[in-house]
Amino acid sequence: MIVGEQKPIEEISKMIAEYKTVLVMGCNTCIAVCHAGGEKEVGILASALRIKNKVEGREQNIEEASMERQCEREFVDELADKIKEADCVLSLACGVGPQTIVEFYPDTIVLPGINTTFYGMPKEQGFFVEFCGGCGNCVLDMTAGICPIVRCSKSMLNGPCGGSQEGRCEVNKDIDCGWQLIHDRLKAQGKLDFMDEILPPKDWSPARHGGPRKMVREDLKIDEKPEDEIEGITKEGEK
Amino acid sequence: MKAGSNLEKVLEAGKFAVTSELGPPKSADAENIKKKAQYMKGNADAVNLTDNQTSIVRLSSIAAAQLIMNEGLEPVMQMVVRDRNRIALQSDILGASALGIKNMLCLSGDHQTFGNHPQAKNVFDIDSMQLIQMVKNMRDEKKFLNGDEIKVEPRMFIGAAVNPFADPFDYRVKRLAKKIKAGCDFIQTQVIYDMEKFEKFMAEARKEGLTEQVYILGGITPLKSAKAAKAINKFVSGITIPQAIIDRMAKAEDQKAEGINQAVETIEHLKTIEGIKGVHVMAIAWESKVPEIVDRAGLLPRPKM
Repeated sequence: MIVGEQKPIEEISKMIAEYKTVLVMGCNTCIAVCHAGGEKEVGILASALRIKNKVEGREQNIEEASMERQCEREFVDELADKIKEADCVLSLACGVGPQTIVEFYPDTIVLPGINTTFYGMPKEQGFFVEFCGGCGNCVLDMTAGICPIVRCSKSMLNGPCGGSQEGRCEVNKDIDCGWQLIHDRLKAQGKLDFMDEILPPKDWSPARHGGPRKMVREDLKIDEKPEDEIEGITKEGEK
Repeated sequence: MKAGSNLEKVLEAGKFAVTSELGPPKSADAENIKKKAQYMKGNADAVNLTDNQTSIVRLSSIAAAQLIMNEGLEPVMQMVVRDRNRIALQSDILGASALGIKNMLCLSGDHQTFGNHPQAKNVFDIDSMQLIQMVKNMRDEKKFLNGDEIKVEPRMFIGAAVNPFADPFDYRVKRLAKKIKAGCDFIQTQVIYDMEKFEKFMAEARKEGLTEQVYILGGITPLKSAKAAKAINKFVSGITIPQAIIDRMAKAEDQKAEGINQAVETIEHLKTIEGIKGVHVMAIAWESKVPEIVDRAGLLPRPKM
């Protein structure tokens, strides 16, 4: 899941100050699971903003809305009227949500209420860990299923470095050494010889380093071919 | 001869090598380097120039290497993969070789969170293992990383670091083997205080035949005080100073002198370990003590090759 946390209310309050009607818009997928921007958090933040406005003597209309996924147009469009009525949308989705609105609502002011942090999982209640960097070129098959790109501070492919001590990373004693984890797991699986191989420099071009990414799946596209062409296919099919 | 450096010649001739280390200043002060270089003259076969060590901005290792060459010393240019991608690394290797630099040490580099620009973006495009392999291919295959031909190849005697004291301990000898496979010619170890652990590491390395394949230089850093030793234990990952050494420091009347004594003793011990081909004396911010340490350890005069 995508993990994020709400921006401090002071920052949000300053950001929305000039708008009369603010639509606080949540997303009930990843960001709801990490308790930062789902329907419940939308309600809490909207109430807090209303109280803050009252205390500080500011007139502002705070509206609330949530949807299943702010990253898909069909869900966003269900709230089209509310979006158009508001002077600004304060999105509590990950960074994809606000940009989805920007993509389809050219006149709407969209502001971020969330700092999107990483792809990860809740290890325990209230404790989230980063597991994937979305590098576009997965190496988990070589590393016992543990990602060296995000779980090693230096993203080493031939770790661990000399700073690994008692299973901890030199950067911070709270960080597990990703390569100690890889080593231990490979050892338990009798595959420690994986670590004898020098893994070559990584092709980072499928990662962000190749510029903004996109994915084209021809098989999923809905054909919008001219009618005669479609007829042609039908005719051929009949033959 | 792979690069024909003085260090390579000393090691090839079977002489016990001495390398030392000079940390460039946090300024454009060439005089600072010239002054420190005087301590090394005649006392080391080659001198390492650190590459923004502990992620603190300093005068560059290439420039510092040129400056000490002007003083008649031979440099070991340190190169970390933290700040430069594969394009910049290869470019600087070519440039260094063109200047006459013949030794380099390939490192990953301390993480930037330790330095004075913790906000910096790190690079780590390739890792230290891959850097060794890249330099070796540039030298021996005359190939850039992308396979393109190099008309005039860089001639480098390739060094790497090993830390026998980091975890997982049972992987450390294997990692040394991997660095040899990647193509390094010599090793400078992490500072040695825990001799028992180091002996274990060396025994395992000998068993694997690794000491026959690479020149290993043991790392030495004199301690200045018991307090400094405790701070190293607390703050520096991958180094553990045994309590007995700290106690000896604490009891000494002159702690600095005791630190030098211990450094000399460690060198004497290293000379007796099979497979150790020299020492790397890193008197961090204490370069003036290098002549005394090297002299008292019976390593003078240095051989003229």
